[in-house]
Amino acid sequence: MDLIKKKKPLAGNLVTLAILCALFVLVLILMEAGALTRHIRSMLVPICINIILAVSLNLTVGFLGELTLGHAGFMSVGAYAGCLFSIAMQNILPTAVRFPLAMLVGGLVAAVFGVLIGIPVLRLHGDYLAIVTLAFGEIIRSVIINLEFTGGAAGLKGTPQDSTFVIAFIVVIITLLVIMNLVNSRHGRAIMAIRDNRIAAEASGINVTYFRMLAFVVAAFFAGVAGVLYGHNLSILSASTFDYNKSIELLVIVVLGGMGSIRGSIISAIIITVLPEALRELADFRMLIYALVLIVMMLLNASPRFAAFKGKLNYGALVDAIRSKAKKEGKAHE
Amino acid sequence: MMDLIANLISGLSLGSIYALIALGYTMVYGIAKMLNFAHGDIIMVGAFAVITTVSMLGFPPVLAIAASIVCCVVLGVCVERIAYKPLRKSPPLAVLITAIGVSYFLQSLALLIFGSTQHSFPKVISAPAIQLGSLTIQGNMLVTLAVMVVIMIGMSLFISKSKTGKAMRAVSEDRDAAELMGISVNRTITITFAIGSALAAVAGVFYGTTYGFIGPYTGSMPGIKAFVAAVFGGIGSMPGAMLGGILLGVIENLAKRYISTELSDAIVFAVLIIVLMVKPTGLLGKQVNEKV
Amino acid sequence: MKKIFALALAAMMVLAAFAGCSNGNSAKDDSFVIGGIGPLTGDYATYGVSVKQGAELAVKEINEAGGINGVPVTLLFEDDQVDAEMAVNAYNKLMDDGMDVSLGAVTSGACIAVSEKAHEDGILMITPSGSQVECIQYDNAFRICFADPEQGVNAAKFLANNNVAKKIAIIYDKSNDYSNGFKESFVASAAELGLEIVSEQAFTNQSNTDFSVQLQAIASTDAELIFLPIYAQEAAYILTQAKSAGMDQIFFGGDGLDGIIEKIGADNIAATEGLMFLTPFDTQADEQNIKFTADYQAAYNATPDQFAGDGYDAIYTIKAAAEHAGVKPGDKDFNEKIIAAMTEITVDGTTGTMQWAADGAPNKAAAVVVLHDGVPSAYVGK
Repeated sequence: MDLIKKKKPLAGNLVTLAILCALFVLVLILMEAGALTRHIRSMLVPICINIILAVSLNLTVGFLGELTLGHAGFMSVGAYAGCLFSIAMQNILPTAVRFPLAMLVGGLVAAVFGVLIGIPVLRLHGDYLAIVTLAFGEIIRSVIINLEFTGGAAGLKGTPQDSTFVIAFIVVIITLLVIMNLVNSRHGRAIMAIRDNRIAAEASGINVTYFRMLAFVVAAFFAGVAGVLYGHNLSILSASTFDYNKSIELLVIVVLGGMGSIRGSIISAIIITVLPEALRELADFRMLIYALVLIVMMLLNASPRFAAFKGKLNYGALVDAIRSKAKKEGKAHE
Repeated sequence: MMDLIANLISGLSLGSIYALIALGYTMVYGIAKMLNFAHGDIIMVGAFAVITTVSMLGFPPVLAIAASIVCCVVLGVCVERIAYKPLRKSPPLAVLITAIGVSYFLQSLALLIFGSTQHSFPKVISAPAIQLGSLTIQGNMLVTLAVMVVIMIGMSLFISKSKTGKAMRAVSEDRDAAELMGISVNRTITITFAIGSALAAVAGVFYGTTYGFIGPYTGSMPGIKAFVAAVFGGIGSMPGAMLGGILLGVIENLAKRYISTELSDAIVFAVLIIVLMVKPTGLLGKQVNEKV
Repeated sequence: MKKIFALALAAMMVLAAFAGCSNGNSAKDDSFVIGGIGPLTGDYATYGVSVKQGAELAVKEINEAGGINGVPVTLLFEDDQVDAEMAVNAYNKLMDDGMDVSLGAVTSGACIAVSEKAHEDGILMITPSGSQVECIQYDNAFRICFADPEQGVNAAKFLANNNVAKKIAIIYDKSNDYSNGFKESFVASAAELGLEIVSEQAFTNQSNTDFSVQLQAIASTDAELIFLPIYAQEAAYILTQAKSAGMDQIFFGGDGLDGIIEKIGADNIAATEGLMFLTPFDTQADEQNIKFTADYQAAYNATPDQFAGDGYDAIYTIKAAAEHAGVKPGDKDFNEKIIAAMTEITVDGTTGTMQWAADGAPNKAAAVVVLHDGVPSAYVGK
């Protein structure tokens, strides 16, 4: 990257944050005015959770360039740790103290798992790394089902329902600030250097193992935090939610949004959370259309003719921006 | 002792199914360099094709199997043309996501056409069981094993000897160089998908005869297990897929019998992780030298 | 600047498109809206579809007969793919669409998540098949099916009282809440009743097609009976594999095995010979059930299972409660009155004659049926 472009991501990130905050205020106003249906309101927290998950997964998939299929595993570890903490502390600590602490506990436990799993996993690359992360995710799930204190297959019940849109949004902003700063820092450049050419990065004196681990653990931490939010949003937490399909769903969000594009991840997290709900009117055809939309979106993303067509449309400029960024990342990847 | 042998045999039976599926998986991966997550669902389509032709149209078994292969080949080629070909220049992950989309699509389509209830699979292959002392070996299992070995040898010969096979190897080795040498990369990849889908159809027939029931989501679990098996053996390697599949089946059954039925999934994955720690490219995978 | 505008515009469009479509079909004004949630796609779709079809049939009959208290009934059914989060989203959508009474959710986990919301809203919730205890922990929640612990106790009592078998092996689904709850209560009461559990074999939803190991392990014990606290789909695999392995133990299960004939298919009927299960639902029990079965077959080309019966009964229960309370949606204190009526009514449904205690559990009898040539008949002793 040349010097002129160096300032740009920072400005871009600020714009992203500003837009998010504006949207947040807009949603709050609409909510106050009663203009939002319950259906939409019930999607707000899941959207925030998916944004956190997608942005954190993007750190490993997009910025570090390693395909991981075990993100749901970290999410579940965090969720269970945070929820068990909340249940234990329910009558001891007030919500305002307990909930942030629960998120911290969930995030830290997930991060510890990130270190433990990262040590063996990060020795591998490519599809082998993918399958091993998938394996760890499935092991975690299998163990949770077999443990007593997690509620087993019946699920963990009795978690206080503390997750609100405002809290979830604050966590989103914190996540974005941390990850954007990380990506734009020396550390972030080291991580991307490893992605672009590991051997060259190593030769330049970058401690590859350390930085790979850093990205992996930070991603795990935020997945854990998202898990805590998830656990406190519903009155039941069951391990079956966190199977490899959940990890794949998160991967879909990241790839659709553009690898290495934080703004893309945010937009696509919103789309992928909202889409299956918006398609409810189609009844039996819902999943069929969802699959078709997914395929078509991926195909359009890659079609040069569509890119030209989009350029002519005003709102298309948005998608274009993500695309050109993703393309840039893609090029860099090659 | 008898118990151990009986378990080994049932593990072999399970493993041979995994291996058959993994064979198609690994082949598409080796040549097209993509994880075809929809492979498992093509198995489901193949099995439904047999159910439809046998129970509705009254086809004899051989014809039904042929129809199922044709159906899967057509489907595989169409999917490749429509969904994967436009992404040839995109990063591999984009193709992976499209494959996931295709997988969802096939599942939802099957759900709409065949409903949510599982259908019983007609007994198109029947072989007598063999008695060895107190051991009973299912005839189906022997047929599956035999077919798998034949397919593997056939495929190995095809890939090493035939012109198309050589083209496939060239595309797998270096796509651009192959193009420059006058090999049609698109055609080669299409052929790969056709063969991979035909293998999926065969796997579907054996899966159906062994377990007896097919539903819209039947393909996804064996698909994932076969993916694991393929990686276990070294993805891209055909003998590796066979070895990986059989070992996976045997380990799964032994873990269930001697350690814990509750934790057998976890144990299988733990073994996979340990193997990959020791041999990072799978049991028979090629050690790729990193280029600077 | 253009970018920001574009982003904001896109976001607005998403919101607007959503608001538009969600407000589209408010059915509130002139009908009694009943909202159901269950898996209509995904691995467990068969259960959601059964409940939906059973409920649809009941709604059609009620509307042909003039509705509930003269008000036509509308059934809205949403998919949750067994996911608690999707179930809550679906519940909120149904509330937007003017739901008056909720059918909770078909599966327990989703149902517990939904029950929390229904409790906040104070509307009547009747779950057809949410069998975990917590599904009906609130005063506004009732269920049609048995609770998991209850089933386990009944199953153990039946085996002990009728002296069916003393040595029992179990195959259960470790990853499923219904199966776990059922199995645990069975094991606990079996111990009290002097039944001996000789082998406990598990499987999970990751490995639910190959049961050779579990069956071999059981074959090496002296078990006389194999207890299957699982659903029919997996049981179909177990029964056919046990048959081809030549095992001759008695198979015995709970209401989850209902619908096994449909699931196992005509080719494998022989594998169900002598299979016994404890169920409140028998397709041929009485005239009502025979008519229900015939109508269901005519409408959906399938034999109803217990889930369909539960869905059907849930709708008639709502009708009975509304008629007993004499209320229509929109009436003052509609929710309070219809909930209060629940403990005062008796419903003669396809899954038995039910009365509800204040805790929301039905009191109904379960009978053991035995399959011969694929035809269920009442158990008459050895």
